[in-house]
Amino acid sequence: MDLIPLYVSLKLSIATTAILTVLAAPLAYGLAFLKFPGKSFIEALINLPMALPPTVMGFYLLVIMGPKGVVGRLWESMTGGSLLFTFLGIAAASAVCSLPFALQPMKAAFQKIDRRLLENAYVLGLSRTEAFFRVIIPNSLSGIAAAAILVFLHSMGAFGIILMVGGSVPGETKVAAIAIYEAVESMNYREAGLMSLCLVPVSYIFLLIVNKLNREES
Amino acid sequence: MALRVCIKKKLNYFDLDINFSCFPEELLAMIGPSGSGKTSIIRMIAGLETPDEGRISYRDEVWFDSSQKIYVAPQKRRLGYVFQDYTLFPHLTLRENAAFATRDLKRADDLLEMFGISHLRDRKPNRVSGGERQRCAICQALARNPRALLLDEPFSALDFMNRRKLREDVKLLRDEMTFPIIYVTHDIQEAFSLADEILPVVEGKIDKGWLQRSISSTPSTGAPAKAAHATWLTLAL
Repeated sequence: MDLIPLYVSLKLSIATTAILTVLAAPLAYGLAFLKFPGKSFIEALINLPMALPPTVMGFYLLVIMGPKGVVGRLWESMTGGSLLFTFLGIAAASAVCSLPFALQPMKAAFQKIDRRLLENAYVLGLSRTEAFFRVIIPNSLSGIAAAAILVFLHSMGAFGIILMVGGSVPGETKVAAIAIYEAVESMNYREAGLMSLCLVPVSYIFLLIVNKLNREES
Repeated sequence: MALRVCIKKKLNYFDLDINFSCFPEELLAMIGPSGSGKTSIIRMIAGLETPDEGRISYRDEVWFDSSQKIYVAPQKRRLGYVFQDYTLFPHLTLRENAAFATRDLKRADDLLEMFGISHLRDRKPNRVSGGERQRCAICQALARNPRALLLDEPFSALDFMNRRKLREDVKLLRDEMTFPIIYVTHDIQEAFSLADEILPVVEGKIDKGWLQRSISSTPSTGAPAKAAHATWLTLAL
């Protein structure tokens, strides 16, 4: 069995989880606590990847990240290379598509925090940022962990979007899901079966952990 | 020198319109029926709500002034505020809670000692009793040397014995501290045993007669008074 696609998948999941755990927390804070015009439009926009077919998302990301797209051009002027068909490219695409999966549990965890705890923190002299790190984050750890696991699993299973943005470059963008699809196409059922079997227990165990976290929360 | 409050705010069921001062070394008990606006007043002093108009000042600092458009954030008022129900941070031990807003760990430890909970300092709030939690909340508020202390029915959720013990603690506190203390309660006995000054608040306004009406056992007017009088006459005859 070729282990490299599994390794690429793992690397992609870890990268996406790391990016999103840091990025989604302040976004979730904004959606949970701040009032600003157009909030529901922004929230719906962020959640759009959850409702669109991955190929549609992949198509738009391909256009945006391509040599004529805004992000693609910016990237090229900065690094001289292309973002498409690279690991960085699929990591960015995967982060965009998994963002709703990080945002929802975090936002729910933040909203569950008693407002009076925050008021007490403000009266005790903490700024909003300090209260975020010293009160909100430590009291939403299980929500954050749930978000991280969901993102990890979702990026493990990403297929359409990776194929659109990354193609199938071995060792770079050929993730397990794509390798399984290609193995089936070339009638190599043994290879496809083995690789599939590797993914099932990982996903199952992580989902059990999410359940446990949810139970602890309630 | 005093904490001066002169504020108006439209609330859901009535208009709050109140004017009072609280001097250093004085304990002002704000008393009145539930839902009379006491907590709103405290929240406005703390800066968690803003009045529609008026002015709140302490010494020479103005915290709120509607005519000059001044509003000082709660963070900058340096007040101690003990809430009605438990607002200790659940992820921290009692010691970490007491020292939450100060770098002076010794001060936090001394306060825990003074309030008789230093043996519980490594426990989380959910592993101690309600009375111990509120004691710790007072330690937390005092540890950063506040300029005034606001206590909003701090013991209302506690049983009788615990309340009596904590009331004694507040008495000691009152004698030791040099800042103004505002104590909100709906318990007349508590107000009388603690306060230097009593401020009865009914529907958002000062109502000096409320206290008299609440504690007098003989009805002064109306049919019950007449009946009482008549019985007495019958007996005398």
